[in-house]
Amino acid sequence: MTHQPRPISETGIGASVRRTEDARFVRGKGRYTDDINLAGQTYVVFLRSPHAHATIKSIDLANARRAPGVVAIYTSVDLAKLGGLPCGWLITNRDGSPMREPKHPVLAEGKVRHVGDPVAAIIADTIAHARDAAELIDVDYDPLPAVMDMTSAAASGVALHEAAPDNTCYDWDIGDKAVVDAAFAKAAHLTTLKLSNNRLAPNAIEPRAAIGDYNSATGEHTLYTTSQNPHVIRLLMGAFVLQVPEHKIRVVAPDVGGGFGSKIYHYAEEALVTWAAAQLGRPVKWTSDRSEAFISDAQGRDHKTTVELALDKDGKFLGLRVETFANMGAYLSTFASVIPTYLHATLLAGQYTTPVIYCRIKAMFTSTVPVDAYRGAGRPEATYLLERVVDLAARETGRDPAALRRQNFIQPHQFPYQTPVALTYDTGNYQATMDAALAAADYVGFPARKAEAKTRGKLRGIGIAAYIEACGIAPSNIAGALGARAGLYEAATVRVNPTGSISVFTGSHSHGQGHETTFAQVVSEKLGVPFESVDIVHGDTARIPFGMGTYGSRSLAVGGSAIVKAIDKIVAKGKKIAAHMLEAAEADMVFEDGAFKVTGTDRQKTFGEVAFQAYVPHNFPLETLEPGLEENAFYDPKNFTFPAGTYVCEVEIDPDTGVVEIKAFNACDDFGNIINPMIVEGQVHGGLAQGIGQALLEHCIYDDNGQLVTGSYMDYAMPRASDLPSFAVSTTSTPCTHNPLGVKGCGEAGAIGSPPAVINAVVNALSDYGVSHIDMPATPQAIWRVIHSKA
Amino acid sequence: MPQVTLTVNEKPIAAEVEGRTLLVQLLRDTLGLTGTHVGCDTSQCGACTVHVNGRSVKSCCMLAVQAEGARVTTIEGVSDGQTLHPMQAAFRECHGLQCGFCTPGMIMSAIDMVKHHPDPDEQTVRKWLDGNLCRCTGYHNIVKAIRAGAAAMKAKTRENVA
Repeated sequence: MTHQPRPISETGIGASVRRTEDARFVRGKGRYTDDINLAGQTYVVFLRSPHAHATIKSIDLANARRAPGVVAIYTSVDLAKLGGLPCGWLITNRDGSPMREPKHPVLAEGKVRHVGDPVAAIIADTIAHARDAAELIDVDYDPLPAVMDMTSAAASGVALHEAAPDNTCYDWDIGDKAVVDAAFAKAAHLTTLKLSNNRLAPNAIEPRAAIGDYNSATGEHTLYTTSQNPHVIRLLMGAFVLQVPEHKIRVVAPDVGGGFGSKIYHYAEEALVTWAAAQLGRPVKWTSDRSEAFISDAQGRDHKTTVELALDKDGKFLGLRVETFANMGAYLSTFASVIPTYLHATLLAGQYTTPVIYCRIKAMFTSTVPVDAYRGAGRPEATYLLERVVDLAARETGRDPAALRRQNFIQPHQFPYQTPVALTYDTGNYQATMDAALAAADYVGFPARKAEAKTRGKLRGIGIAAYIEACGIAPSNIAGALGARAGLYEAATVRVNPTGSISVFTGSHSHGQGHETTFAQVVSEKLGVPFESVDIVHGDTARIPFGMGTYGSRSLAVGGSAIVKAIDKIVAKGKKIAAHMLEAAEADMVFEDGAFKVTGTDRQKTFGEVAFQAYVPHNFPLETLEPGLEENAFYDPKNFTFPAGTYVCEVEIDPDTGVVEIKAFNACDDFGNIINPMIVEGQVHGGLAQGIGQALLEHCIYDDNGQLVTGSYMDYAMPRASDLPSFAVSTTSTPCTHNPLGVKGCGEAGAIGSPPAVINAVVNALSDYGVSHIDMPATPQAIWRVIHSKA
Repeated sequence: MPQVTLTVNEKPIAAEVEGRTLLVQLLRDTLGLTGTHVGCDTSQCGACTVHVNGRSVKSCCMLAVQAEGARVTTIEGVSDGQTLHPMQAAFRECHGLQCGFCTPGMIMSAIDMVKHHPDPDEQTVRKWLDGNLCRCTGYHNIVKAIRAGAAAMKAKTRENVA
């Protein structure tokens, strides 16, 4: 059956509908966690370790306990019955043994392992009193040497955890090394590159916050928290830390001011406020300040890699070999273990037909803040090393970097394409995105622009990156086989109200992505009801049946698909009701343009009439037709989705100062079908800014003693408006083949493709100086040094 | 405890505060005006930007007692009833916000910018935003929104004059 393409309605699929949620945000009427205040609430301040590694000899609380306004002070001895913060993914070592999972206590037990490790929780009637009291606590620390360098951590002779004497969390690999080595033996050219992927602070502008509340009559705990996935927090905190069943815990994640991964995880502060509220019979509120965020929010990236690419004499890729050290920080955060493995090593084919790939990952504990997923999570690290080594190979073999990439692209007719690193790409057209990006960037006109820049004393460079990502993580059965301790479906409930308005309850969580708009567009289009009569509800375990939350660009591909699945059930039920109303056979009913129709007749019932009848079932045959019109669905994806694209960055460098100016940034992405182009473009812009920030500005720098020297916005270079250009973004489309909307996800692409595009451009600009690589961030100082060391 | 009297969104306010209470704490905690946000502790992010006597000010780096006698406007005070201020409307129209957390500060800063630069070009906007951080939008659509908002403010002024 063929469908005529429907014209895009003003609010339907494909329209740039202005966002529903903005009505409150532009008025300052959002409701973020810190905006919530409960009667009788207390405030908690965490006393955190000033040492990167130390034994706690004693903690003297006497003076603090006597301070004005203090309600309670807790240390680890008070939390003896609580479990540790769990890790959600078990990685199996090369030798078949499980990874090491040292306990991650809510408050430090006998030892601190990074600056910022929480030691005591001080609860008082005001935040000022809690802070004052915290200063009166006397902790006697016996400092130990910090473990700062992940590449030498195994041989440092200092163990952070008894359970991991060589500071190794796991030693994992993928691919057949012997086969890859054999391919390398036949290579005509070998390109080798050592690089680091700099550690980043996610820095959502809303700091984390949490409020615990307890009803002693019902035994119900409520946690308000800045989370991307309230149901996951309920499960992890309830089952592993507090040992309270889910039905006695409600987790509310109201408006959340950005996440970028950092608000996925279950954090100590959430467990502490929930537990303490029950102890005290009063609500307990915590709001992080920014300095605290820098030493307590999970950070991102932090890999050190050696990559080798083997090519034949014609430039065909023969094999790829990668050895990476991945920094886990001091403890395993919720999803830390899966980032360098199944979200990184499995992406190393990129857009290419490289036949054999081997990757080994050594995940190390160090005396630093835990590392976990940050926008892109593993895929930026994979894309960066691959697109850097491909660029270097082009240069070493005298090939045009675009041509070398093209020559090795997986061709459109090769899909579905089985990579040598486990993934099967369902669809794509890498030539199309590259053609579009190069045309938009006027790639062929670059030499003239370079020559013109030279007359002004500027070094101009152009850089390409062709990325792939895997979104919508993942089929539960595959994830489970690979060590996931959770399913990775999404849940939705579609409730048709008696008057025909619709409430959608989704397990996805919006913290900037605009789900209230995008999801409503889908529902409005599918059910033929006005956009305004659809309400999207998210972020409250008491209202939403279940959910896995938002990360990995999964909301539309997985959460949206769950909504579509529930809508399909609504339509099926509606047909039954309409058939009954029209005294027709159910098999003769069709649903189109918002009405249930008897095929081949003009007899029909509108959606609103059917909705009303569902709740006023005066003459329903109750044995066969149940009143009501509400359906649940769980959607478990069949595969990842595979957005891909090409980014072209053009820079000018001032050789006197080392300052990089981005002159143009052209991005072309294939996200499959697009529901709201305006929102998708905005997602790409934001990702690009974070990727450019990584490439040029941002870096969590620790000194040898484990002090984070970039611990505030005065020191950590957040991208500002004047650091960034306007972006030129466009899309092509090969719809996803296995989800009902044909969508792929767009949240992370910008942050994945842009770092190598920028660094390739910078290295290209510096080519006259014989520079073949520069590590991120390519700050003016770093570039100036390179120029002056080579000049 | 010190007393402070001021006008907030055209309403007279008298409050008792600690000497160390910041203006943003008075607004958020005492007056319940939670549209003004706190995103850092080094006066870098600008999420707390309000107007004090018509000028944009970061309310995290001013003591409440320093606002004695001042006329303070917050994000809650810029719209005309149900009608959005042209800058608020421009942010929505141009998708100049995502999570919404930096947005009130951005809008307050932008309204003040337009007083100084009624017809700002892209570079002027980007430079002015030096004190406002956004992690979501990459600033692209914020710049667009502010330029559109400036044009709308100008048109509205003309309308009012005519």
